[in-house]
Amino acid sequence: MDMSIALILSQDGITNGAIYALLALALVLVFAVTRVIFIQQGEFVAYGALTLAMMQSGALPATVWMLVVMGALVTALDGVRALKAGQGRRAVGVAGWNLAYPLALAAALGALPVNEAPLALQVLLTLAIVVPMGPMMYRLMYQPIASAPVLVLLIVSVALHIAMVGLGLLFFGAEGQRTPAFSEFSFEIGPLMVSAQTLWVLLVSALLIVALYQFFGRTLYGKALRATAINRMGAQLMGISPTLAGRLTFFLAAFIGALSGVLIAPITTIYYDTGFLIGLKGFVAAIIGGLASYPLAALGALAVGLLEAFASFWASAYKEVIVFTLIIPVLLWRSLTSHHVEEEE
Amino acid sequence: MKLRNTLLAALGLAFAATAAHAEIKVGVVLSATGPAASLGIPEKNTIALLPASIGGEKVSYIVLDDASDTTTAVKNARKLTVEDGVDVIIGSTTSPASLAMVDVAAETKTPMISMAASARIVAPMDDKKRWVFKTPQNDQQMASAIIGHMSANKVKKVSFIGFANAYGEGWYEQFKKLAEAKGIEVVASERFNPADTSVTGQALKLMSVKPDAVFIAGSGTPSALPQKTLRERGYKGPIYQTHGVANNDFLRICGKDCEGTLLPVGPVQMARSLPDSHPVKASALAYVEKYETANGAGSVSSFGAYAWDAGVLLQAAVPNALKTAKPGSPEFRAALRDALEGVKEVAGATGIYSMSAEDHLGLDDRSRVMIEIRNGTWSLLK
Repeated sequence: MDMSIALILSQDGITNGAIYALLALALVLVFAVTRVIFIQQGEFVAYGALTLAMMQSGALPATVWMLVVMGALVTALDGVRALKAGQGRRAVGVAGWNLAYPLALAAALGALPVNEAPLALQVLLTLAIVVPMGPMMYRLMYQPIASAPVLVLLIVSVALHIAMVGLGLLFFGAEGQRTPAFSEFSFEIGPLMVSAQTLWVLLVSALLIVALYQFFGRTLYGKALRATAINRMGAQLMGISPTLAGRLTFFLAAFIGALSGVLIAPITTIYYDTGFLIGLKGFVAAIIGGLASYPLAALGALAVGLLEAFASFWASAYKEVIVFTLIIPVLLWRSLTSHHVEEEE
Repeated sequence: MKLRNTLLAALGLAFAATAAHAEIKVGVVLSATGPAASLGIPEKNTIALLPASIGGEKVSYIVLDDASDTTTAVKNARKLTVEDGVDVIIGSTTSPASLAMVDVAAETKTPMISMAASARIVAPMDDKKRWVFKTPQNDQQMASAIIGHMSANKVKKVSFIGFANAYGEGWYEQFKKLAEAKGIEVVASERFNPADTSVTGQALKLMSVKPDAVFIAGSGTPSALPQKTLRERGYKGPIYQTHGVANNDFLRICGKDCEGTLLPVGPVQMARSLPDSHPVKASALAYVEKYETANGAGSVSSFGAYAWDAGVLLQAAVPNALKTAKPGSPEFRAALRDALEGVKEVAGATGIYSMSAEDHLGLDDRSRVMIEIRNGTWSLLK
C-alpha cells in the first residue's frame, strides 16, 4: 500500500461515509422524536434511485400508485374523521393533499414525456413521489400506536421493511439500475481522480447537514421537534402536537433517504434490496452516536465509510464482518460509559 | 377397511392404466416459480416442445413446479415415481434440489436427468448416482475455455475477484487448479458481495499486482461493478467474466465499460453466428428456431436448452430400451438407464453427448465457445 492507494481509498470511504452520515442523521432524528427505529430508511434510498431510473427509462414509476393507495387510505381515515367532527374545510384539505395531489402527480407523469425532461426536473418529480410516503407511512402505521413500547414500534418497522422490499421487487423487477451521472465532468489531483458525482454527494451532504442544523436551531418547527425529542410530554403540554412532530420527522427522513438514493444511483448499481445494507451501515453510525448525538453519528458514518474502504483493500472477503463487528466495541464502550453516568447520578 | 379398499381400487386402476396404454411417462420437476423462475420458465416452455412420441410409443409429460424449493422438489419426485409410476424424471432446475432428488431416483430405480449445473450431481460416481444424468456443462468446462484463451494470449499473471458466496468460491477453486496446471499464476484473489455499492478497494488491490488479465467470477448485473471500477481506475488490460453474465441486462448496466469483455458461453446462445462447420450448429439452431417460433424472437436462453437436451437424450435412448422391455415396468427403467449411459455422439443444443459408466454428463470442449462484447453486443471469437 502506498500513498496514492491510501488517498483513493480515503476518497471512496468519505464519499460512502457522506451517504451513511445522511442516513445516520435521519435515523437519529426519527428515533429521538418518535422512538421508532427506522429500518425502512434504506428502502427509501432504493425507491428514490429506482423511481428516477424508471422515470428515465420512459415508464410510469410504479411507486406513484403506492403513493395513490397510501394517500387514499389516509384520506379515508382522516377525511371521514374530519367530516364526522363537522370540519368540512379540514376534510377538503386532507383530501387535497392525500388524494388529489398523488392523482394529479400520476396524471402529470402519465401525460408528460418526463424521460426527456431535464435531470433536475426528474429529480424533483422523484422526490415529489417518494417523500410524501414518509408522513403517510407515519399516519397509517405509527400514529395509531405512537405511545407503544419501543419494541412494538421496532417490530412494525421490520414488517414495513419486509413489505417495502417485496413491493420494490414487484415495482422495479429483480434487475439493478444505474442512472446517468449529473455531469460527466471529472478532474485529477495527483493520483486522485475526482468525478463530479463525488463532489455532488459531498456538497449535497454538507449542505443538508448545515440546513438541518439551521432548521433545528432557528425555526419554530425545528425547535418543536427538538423539544419533542427531549421531552415528549413536556412538549405536548406546551402545545406541540406529537402527531405533527411525527409526520414532520418522517417527511425529513424520507426526503434524506430518497435524496441519498438519487445521489448514489449514478455511482453504483441499485437493486430493489440494496437499500437495506446501506441503511444498516447508517445504523451502525447512528449507534456510534448512541442514537442521540448528531455530530457523533456523522463522525461515526465517516469512520464506517473509511473502515469499509480500507477493509475491502486488505481483506475483501471479510469486509462486512469487519464493518459490522465495529458495533461490538462501540456498544461495550457505550454501556461502560453510560454505567458511569448512572453512578454519578 | 375403507382405506384398504380405496388403496386396492387405486392399485387396480393403476394396473388398468398401464395395461390400456403402454405409453412412456416422463415426470418433470422444475422451478417455474420462486427465485429460480427465470431459469425454470424457459425450461417449462421447452418441455411443451418435446416430441409426443418416441420410437413409436406415445410419450406423456407430467410437469410439477417445485417453487425453487428443495423439499418440494423431493416431494414432487416421490409423487411422480410412487403415484404416477413415471419411467424417467427430468429435473430439477437448481443444483440443491437435484442433489436431493438423487436419493429418490436411486431408491425407486428411476433414471433421472438433471437440468442443474453442479458437477456434484453426477460425480463422483457411486451406487446412487448411477441412476442420474445431467445436461448442463460443468463449471470446469467453462473455466478451461477461459484458461485456454488466456494461455493462447500469453497471460502469465491473473487477478481473481469473485462473489463472496458459493458461486465465487466454487469458481476460485476450479479456476486456480486449472490455471496452475497451465502455468498461469493467480496473483491476487479478492471477494465482493453482490449487494456491494463500492469495490474500489478490491479493484486497487487487483491492479496493484500488475496482472496481465483480470477474471471476475460473478453472475448477472452485480458482476458489472468490479469491471466498471477497474476501467474507471484506468485498468486497460483484458477482463474475463463467466457465462453467468451472459444476459442483456448485463450489457445495459455495464455499457461502454464492458467493451472487449471475454467470456465462455454455451453454443446455443450464439447459434446463429456459429460457423457452419461447428458440430453443434445444426442441433442448436434447430432448438433456437423451434423455441422462438413458439415464444417470440430473441426469447431463447441456454436454460431452456438444458431441458431440450434432456429430451434429445431420451430420443436417443428410448428406442434402445424399448427393445428389451415395455414402458411402465422396472425392467424398462433399468434398460433406459443402461441406454442413457450408452449414448454416443448425440448432438444436443448444448453440445455433443457421449456418456460412459463414469461420465454421466458426456460433454466435451464442443459444449462452449468464447465470445467477446463488441459494439454493445455479443460476438463470437474466431
